[in-house]
Amino acid sequence: MSKKEMPQGTAFQSEVGAGHPSSPLRRKLVTAIAGIPLISASGLVLAANPPTAKINTTKLAVTDTEVTVGILHSATGTMAISETGAIQAEKLAIDQINATGGVLGRKIKVIQEDGASDWPTFAEKAKKLLEENHVAAIFGCWTSASRKAVLPVLERDNGLLYYPTFYEGLEQSKNVVYTGQEATQQVFAGLDWVAKEKKAKTFYLIGSDYIWPRTTMKLARKYIETVLHGKVVGEEYAALGSTDFGSTINKIRLKKPDVIYAAVVGGSNVSWFKQLKAAGINGQNQTLLTLSVTEDEAKGIGGENLAGFYSAMKYFQSLDTPRNKEFVKQFKAKWGATAPIGDVTQAAYEGPWLWKAAVEMAGSFDTDKVVKAEESGKISYDAPEGMVYLEPNHHLKTRLRIGKWRNDGQADIVYTSDYIMPNPFPKGY
Amino acid sequence: MQAIFNKFLGGKSGAIELLILSALIFLLLPATLDIFRLNLVGKYLTYAFAAVSLVMVWGYGGVLSLGQGVFFGLGGYCMAMFLKLEASDPVSTARQTTPGIPDFMDWNQVTHLPLFWVPFHSLTFTIIAVFVVPTVFAYIIGVTMFKRRVGGVYFSIITQAIAAILTILVVGQQGWTGGINGITDLKTLHGWNINTNSAKYILYYVNGVLLIATIMLCRYVLASKLGRLLLAMRDREDRVRFSGYDVASFKIFTFCLGAVISAIGGAMFTLQVGFMSPSFIGIVPSIEMVIFAAIGGRMSLVGAVYGTLLVNYGKTAFSESFPSLWLLLMGAMFIGVVMFFPNGLAGLYDTYLKGYVSKLGAMFSRKPVGQQA
Repeated sequence: MSKKEMPQGTAFQSEVGAGHPSSPLRRKLVTAIAGIPLISASGLVLAANPPTAKINTTKLAVTDTEVTVGILHSATGTMAISETGAIQAEKLAIDQINATGGVLGRKIKVIQEDGASDWPTFAEKAKKLLEENHVAAIFGCWTSASRKAVLPVLERDNGLLYYPTFYEGLEQSKNVVYTGQEATQQVFAGLDWVAKEKKAKTFYLIGSDYIWPRTTMKLARKYIETVLHGKVVGEEYAALGSTDFGSTINKIRLKKPDVIYAAVVGGSNVSWFKQLKAAGINGQNQTLLTLSVTEDEAKGIGGENLAGFYSAMKYFQSLDTPRNKEFVKQFKAKWGATAPIGDVTQAAYEGPWLWKAAVEMAGSFDTDKVVKAEESGKISYDAPEGMVYLEPNHHLKTRLRIGKWRNDGQADIVYTSDYIMPNPFPKGY
Repeated sequence: MQAIFNKFLGGKSGAIELLILSALIFLLLPATLDIFRLNLVGKYLTYAFAAVSLVMVWGYGGVLSLGQGVFFGLGGYCMAMFLKLEASDPVSTARQTTPGIPDFMDWNQVTHLPLFWVPFHSLTFTIIAVFVVPTVFAYIIGVTMFKRRVGGVYFSIITQAIAAILTILVVGQQGWTGGINGITDLKTLHGWNINTNSAKYILYYVNGVLLIATIMLCRYVLASKLGRLLLAMRDREDRVRFSGYDVASFKIFTFCLGAVISAIGGAMFTLQVGFMSPSFIGIVPSIEMVIFAAIGGRMSLVGAVYGTLLVNYGKTAFSESFPSLWLLLMGAMFIGVVMFFPNGLAGLYDTYLKGYVSKLGAMFSRKPVGQQA
């Protein structure tokens, strides 16, 4: 204790403590001041920690301190490369939610299951999470096939799934929240943009052969023909996993379309873009807009094969906002500087946060009450991509962005649309 | 009468084996597992049909079919088509562009039900189809191959190619088959909700009864003259042929029988799991089925069931505990089995347990143990 402090302390004591030892006013004041933090703290505990019996009447895995959720993605098999980012994003969101007090005062505990890129396994694991672990929500699935396999299980056991992938639409289940875009959100604004910016009139459509590209191209063709008054000069589908695009590229050279509109998925993308480049078709002499290349795929394709082409996504890692920069920093801090953040990764990150918002609005973990909150149209979230709004049809109101790929596997955002309402069942298409 | 019955049971020790398996399936597992786990076991037991069929075709018939998933899938798809049509009544599909057809057809711009789907409105036709479609398919393959004396490795490669071709076909014709998604969202069988717990129990027991009956049927075939011929053919095909037997016909019969058994498994799978997808037809699932039979012991019908249960239980347990490591553990298990127990579980049983079991059998019979020896 220094000499300087001692007299100060003494002076304080003599002024407040010793001067009016028994003043009733002072005693009241002291009690009140001491009480403030106590009352507010207990108030907080009450608000954040409501009794479990009241907020969980359906026997979910919720205790006084903990709530269990499931993460169900492919950690092995052909889809692992895509779904790893989603797993990482969901874990990051859950860690952050836990660090800020959890959901209704409960810390989130995660049970991770491996869908193994196999749809029946997805169904089995979803069942296990719901019927054995009684998880309050599942964050997971990537392919439509895995979602379709899980859907009957969710509906039977009244579970909740937060599904992060952009997909074909034509679906709306009360047990699913779709945090990726449905097809109309991804297609129309992007086509408007190429038609206006690139004066595009002729389009060549190419996709992988399964439900998402086919449905998406169905929408695109109709929109090109009836709204843009353009012409589809070719439409083609390559088998999933196909690596030979030689004949397609020859046809493209013959037809010379203004725009190649592509929805080739997964590993096929690597051969598709490499063969385009080898055939002399590149970002300088050909407009190409793809719906299925995110930063994850760009890493595999190689930036030099992609440079100058465009992607239509709701999110790019390069998005220049303080909120996104913070998110990218946190993500890289947890998962390493080279971990790419693609569109779906960001959408997966939104899942736990939207769930937290819905649960806290409902004041309950019960699925029916959470679903009611989700359908209220009042849930929004300040996501890395910007504000997103959960619409009563279980999809998000978001924006579409067009990114122009650079050599380093990142994209420059050249266009951002207005907010687009989700419309999973478009009329007339 | 007694003799025929003995043929079905496979003798005294065979009867005990069946009894133990039945006790496990019908008493022990239902008593100890909740419905979720029991439904999983039910799913494994549908794969066991495929493993049993491989014991017949590969273990006894001597031809390694790497396309058993094809038949599993054909049976499963037949059943799925019926269930899907039932789930696609005009009311529940009112939201579609064309109501009244399966949802995936609507997504693929198919506007009317394809002709080959129409008969699947009938359950009777469906059940017949589960048996007939794979048989016809197997017969065609069998005739084209065995009549030309294609065998051994060539046969394996061709069946594998067929599995690959059929997968590509099913995935490619998604307007007719649901493509890679498969046929999903199956709900009722003739108005009976197959997703309730009671339905799961009933289907589990039906599956169990069918499996035991299948094993008994196979035992009967093996105990008959045909069974001895099969063994003879496997070991010395030429001599059997020189003795005047039509080797190809026997092989075709076995192959068709295996196809039907596999198909029953597929149909039961669809009923218990609630969907069917191309991930059962391809090369990988077909090879997995061979692994089930190999782990169980390729000469043992009952062993194949245990092998299937063990491998699938291992898959589930490992993947639940080690979501990203489990494939390595499974691989290690397979290597271990091949290195140390080349005859699978049945080999272990023969070496260490069979003595006790036959003593047990002798105890139940009228003759005292000493006299029998």
